[in-house]
Amino acid sequence: MIATLLQLALLFGGLSLLAFGGGTAVLPDMQRITVDTFHWLTAAQFLDFFAISRAAPGPGSLIVVLIGQKAAGVTGALVAFLAMFGPSCALLYVAALVWHRTAHTAWRALLERALAPVAIGLTLASGLALIRGTEHGWAQYAVTAAATLAFAFTDVHPLALLAGGAVLVLVAGG
Amino acid sequence: MMSFGGGLAAWIRREVVQRRAWLDDQQFLSGYALSQLVPGATNVNLSVFIGAQLRGILGAIAAVAGLTALPVVIVLLLGALYLHKSGLPGGGAVGGALAGMGAVAIGLNLGTGIRLGRVHLRRLIPLAICLVIALAIGVLGFPLLHVLAVMLPVSLALTWLGQRA
Repeated sequence: MIATLLQLALLFGGLSLLAFGGGTAVLPDMQRITVDTFHWLTAAQFLDFFAISRAAPGPGSLIVVLIGQKAAGVTGALVAFLAMFGPSCALLYVAALVWHRTAHTAWRALLERALAPVAIGLTLASGLALIRGTEHGWAQYAVTAAATLAFAFTDVHPLALLAGGAVLVLVAGG
Repeated sequence: MMSFGGGLAAWIRREVVQRRAWLDDQQFLSGYALSQLVPGATNVNLSVFIGAQLRGILGAIAAVAGLTALPVVIVLLLGALYLHKSGLPGGGAVGGALAGMGAVAIGLNLGTGIRLGRVHLRRLIPLAICLVIALAIGVLGFPLLHVLAVMLPVSLALTWLGQRA
């Protein structure tokens, strides 16, 4: 039990600092190690966990909570959660301090102006990659397009869009 | 905070910038870019940035706890249900509804990109940089690390040259 908790902490603590561009970056490594190396769960269960963490509210990286729960119960889930988010949050906090200290300097303004198109590009990329990574039928394409336009050009509430999308695809048998 | 699939950053921006005006768009974007540069879940990083900006280290901890506490409980309950029944109840209907919400969540991401682009990408070069990144990662599937290694220096150089011109 203690050994498993330690393995969880070391594994997710390490992945936490490798997750460049968000949690999805380390999913392949996560699957390989939790399924093939430690045999905490099967590949099919990993896929199911991925679907649950994507569908449930909150960040997708919460898949580590499910893996921890499967490997070592609720304690495992908490250890996995702290290990996955602790190191990266601490790193970001330090980075943010440096970021704020350099406000109003010339190179910081240059950096911000140069980062804006990068950040917007990554936002669009995540949407496009999600379309590529999931099975998108005609109903989903239509719903995605409608939601994109509605959110970009009107002030309609996101929850209303989400509820509408759920009903639409359900009715269309998507 | 309720948030499904990929729409979380869109949601955060709406609450923090549009409704509460804790940050302006420039600060939000700069924090969002930093959140993506530093490893870790982007939205959790973003909440650390916003919390730290408003209330220091306690604000950062509060923001992460607020963002994740309820989802962790929900995921734990779903996990317990799943492990107990070896499957989720509801079958096809739940699957269809989740697929619909996932499709909308993707639209929220794209819509946020368009919204931000209309304000911040008024010139040709930033727009081109944005589109190259979106296509390289989103459509062609290049690894993020490779794309950033090329496009960050390119964006910095072009912005610097643009300032001098």
